[in-house]
Amino acid sequence: MQQIQSLSLNNLPSIWVEALSSQLIAEENVLAWLEIDLDTQLHFATGLVVVTNKRLLTKMASDEIWQEWYYQKDLLLAQRDYAGVGCLELFDAHARLAYWRYRLGNDIAVSRLIECFTQQLDYYLTGKLPVVAEHTQVQCPNCAAFLSSEQEECPVCDKQSHAPPSTWTLLRLWRFAKPYKGRLLIGFLLTLCSTAATLVPPYLTMPLMDNVLIPYQNGQPINTDLVTLYLSGLLVAAVLAWMLGWARTYMLALVSERIGADLRTATYEHLLNLSQEYFGGKRTGDLMARIGAETDRINLFISLHLLDFATDVIMIVMTAVILISINPWLALVTLVPLPIIAWLIHLVRDRLRIGFEKVDRIWAEVNNVLADTIPGIRVVKAFAQEKRESARFHAANQRNLQINDRVNRIWSLFTPTVTLLTEVGLLVVWVFGIWQISKDEITVGVLTAFLAYIGRFYIRLDTMSRIVSVTQKAAAGTKRIFDILDHVSSVPESSNPVHLPAIQGKIELRNVGFRYGTRSITRDINLIIKPGEMIGLVGHSGSGKSTLVNLICRFYDVTEGMILIDGHDIRSLPIAEYRKNIGLVLQEPFLFYGTIAENIAYGKPDATRPEIVSAARAAHAHEFILRLPHGYDSLVGERGQALSGGERQRISIARALLIDPRILILDEATSSVDTTTEKDIQKALDNLVRGRTTIAIAHRLSTLREANRLIVLDRGRIVEIGNHTELMAREGYYYRLYLAQARNVDTEDRAIVSVAEHSAAGEHK
Amino acid sequence: MNGADKYQLNRNSYGRLVFTDRTGLMQEGVVPVRSFPITDPDQGIALIDSHGHELLWIERLADLPEDYRVLIESELASREFVPEIMRVLKVSSFITPNTWQVETDRGESTFLLKGEEDIRRLTVSSLMITDSYGIHFLIRDRLALDRHSRKLLDHFL
Repeated sequence: MQQIQSLSLNNLPSIWVEALSSQLIAEENVLAWLEIDLDTQLHFATGLVVVTNKRLLTKMASDEIWQEWYYQKDLLLAQRDYAGVGCLELFDAHARLAYWRYRLGNDIAVSRLIECFTQQLDYYLTGKLPVVAEHTQVQCPNCAAFLSSEQEECPVCDKQSHAPPSTWTLLRLWRFAKPYKGRLLIGFLLTLCSTAATLVPPYLTMPLMDNVLIPYQNGQPINTDLVTLYLSGLLVAAVLAWMLGWARTYMLALVSERIGADLRTATYEHLLNLSQEYFGGKRTGDLMARIGAETDRINLFISLHLLDFATDVIMIVMTAVILISINPWLALVTLVPLPIIAWLIHLVRDRLRIGFEKVDRIWAEVNNVLADTIPGIRVVKAFAQEKRESARFHAANQRNLQINDRVNRIWSLFTPTVTLLTEVGLLVVWVFGIWQISKDEITVGVLTAFLAYIGRFYIRLDTMSRIVSVTQKAAAGTKRIFDILDHVSSVPESSNPVHLPAIQGKIELRNVGFRYGTRSITRDINLIIKPGEMIGLVGHSGSGKSTLVNLICRFYDVTEGMILIDGHDIRSLPIAEYRKNIGLVLQEPFLFYGTIAENIAYGKPDATRPEIVSAARAAHAHEFILRLPHGYDSLVGERGQALSGGERQRISIARALLIDPRILILDEATSSVDTTTEKDIQKALDNLVRGRTTIAIAHRLSTLREANRLIVLDRGRIVEIGNHTELMAREGYYYRLYLAQARNVDTEDRAIVSVAEHSAAGEHK
Repeated sequence: MNGADKYQLNRNSYGRLVFTDRTGLMQEGVVPVRSFPITDPDQGIALIDSHGHELLWIERLADLPEDYRVLIESELASREFVPEIMRVLKVSSFITPNTWQVETDRGESTFLLKGEEDIRRLTVSSLMITDSYGIHFLIRDRLALDRHSRKLLDHFL
């Protein structure tokens, strides 16, 4: 007990510790607490609810005194939630004594508070010490969630920390550049050399002017040897610069192309490993744009703009060194505009970045309109809404235009300003140079060299200023890519996975609860499915059937409780290895573009042809496949051969049969076909089900006759379990469901109506 | 529409709404639900029983007798939690996920924004921001916000 107390007090926010400890009476221990962040009027305010071994204590930060309720008969602490706000209520036999509101942050803390309260109340009433439930699993010290034996970090607490990624997003690309370190270094050295080579010609103008042209003007003959020397120097420098430039550009383009490819592959790979939850919340067009266009933009940035920028910086540094070595004063005057331009660049930088991010976002929006409309083209045409859709596209495009216009307004001002500064800078050099020549401090040659240098110098600054926009664009793109890469799968791979060589197919659900966003979908599901047993899940839409299946497949992770396969928590198994044991047949079978044989062998690409054919036979697909012009080599999927729903379904059954899974999940496998086809499919399914642990969801109850047990779900809870005869005899929920279907031919319609009613109030519990 | 004589509505000591229909059948824990909570909150309010079945459809709240209207409005108020953002004080970073510190009509608060896609445009100028727990924050007119808030918000639009 002592230990629990110290634990709770330790975790208690410091502002409360003092206030609370002064309230505690002798031998009173804090067992659980909950921080409240709303008042009863739903305004933001802080407060605390504490369960001790004596009473329930509570105080809002603005209250003067603590409220207290000692344990007594008929007290009840209960919780409900709606749309992200929870309500904790305390009742006695006659009335509600108090209630508290809070934002749903830590569900588990709430259930722990209630659990503690109930236990203590029980202890007070019966005198029996609360039975500490024997959990073999370790509990998370923060939230008391059960951890599987191999998990070290609590998945619940882990999920709640959303640290924003660093601002220096571009530097993070280094992770992808690292493998090419050597080649990058060579590229850099080549850049250095080629830049140096380009700086030779202006330097040679100085002696050419002072030693050849000026003396000639003063009456001396032209020194041909000297001229030959200088001019051949110019030629050699030009050829050298050409060669080195070619080598460096090729080398760096090579590297950057590889970095881009790696980035694209890594992003896609990561994306595939993300949970279903992620795909549910994102739109296809946006994700496609990110992987395609953004990686390309980054690629271009590295190969072209970053390279140019590096060259420019090197050139500026070298030029500065040369200028200073010739004449420090003139160099100083020449370099003065540089910081001004740098400052200007910095000024525009922020605005441009925001602008370009906006452009990206609006671009994704344009894509989204396309991704929405093109797959739904039948609906668009059927309802004659082409005009509306084109108006939607037009509107998105218009916004794209608007934002681009805004960005361009700043952007277009930028380049001319730089050019103006360049001209002004040149003017300053002219003025100062002429003045220095008049004082005989420098020669004409020096001034010519300076002008030649800074001519290039300022041209570079001009192109350099372009780096601002492309860097910002690339940074925005990088951010969007890393948004994906940083997203930790909410179905994490266990760090220390348990490998099961072969599984029996025993599935156990222990106190399983799942919450999607703020909606609690299932609660307290306890179920043991024996190996080889066939289970039918029955209930209205929205009753949690599909959720349960998704949890068993581990498309989502449970928020409470656990799912065990042959006694192992599924979170401790490697995901891919685990899913290999599951055959899934969905309501809408998805066929990839490819041949029928490839589609059947999707889960087992190395399957032999006889294996494929026998799977197709068992799935009653063989015959119709042979009727196709190219048999098993017929192309299906998007742009492929048109197959009927029943035919596609049988291919997907063959697909499931081929991997020979121990666990089979049929999610409304026969719902989207007519009754005759259903019979065919049913025959195929009978072959599939044999000897496997099967979980079947079906809308038509008649298709579940074969099931060993039927699990009847209602609003996320199991309400009845038994086989068809038992459940009919019980005359309960299933009985009513069955009668409703048997009585009406148009049951489907009725079911849909009741679903609509259901979901309207589904949030409320 | 005057259905006052056909049913009764009152609040019991447990704080629950109790609905009694014409036949005298009582339903506890009845909940009013707005059909168009965002676009037209006062139009179409349904009373739903604890099993999620509709008991009564109220076309407009104003049609109801005074006491029922007050009862339903108070129940709605205790369930509706859409803080309206008056000012954006601070945004932890311009890269999502980030933490927003805002001043709302219900006091100051912070919330976590998971991604820009959680900012939904309702009309040209009004926005709905959904935080990481699914709570909606409303910005009724973003153009009416102060300059600082507008600037911060603009980064995400």
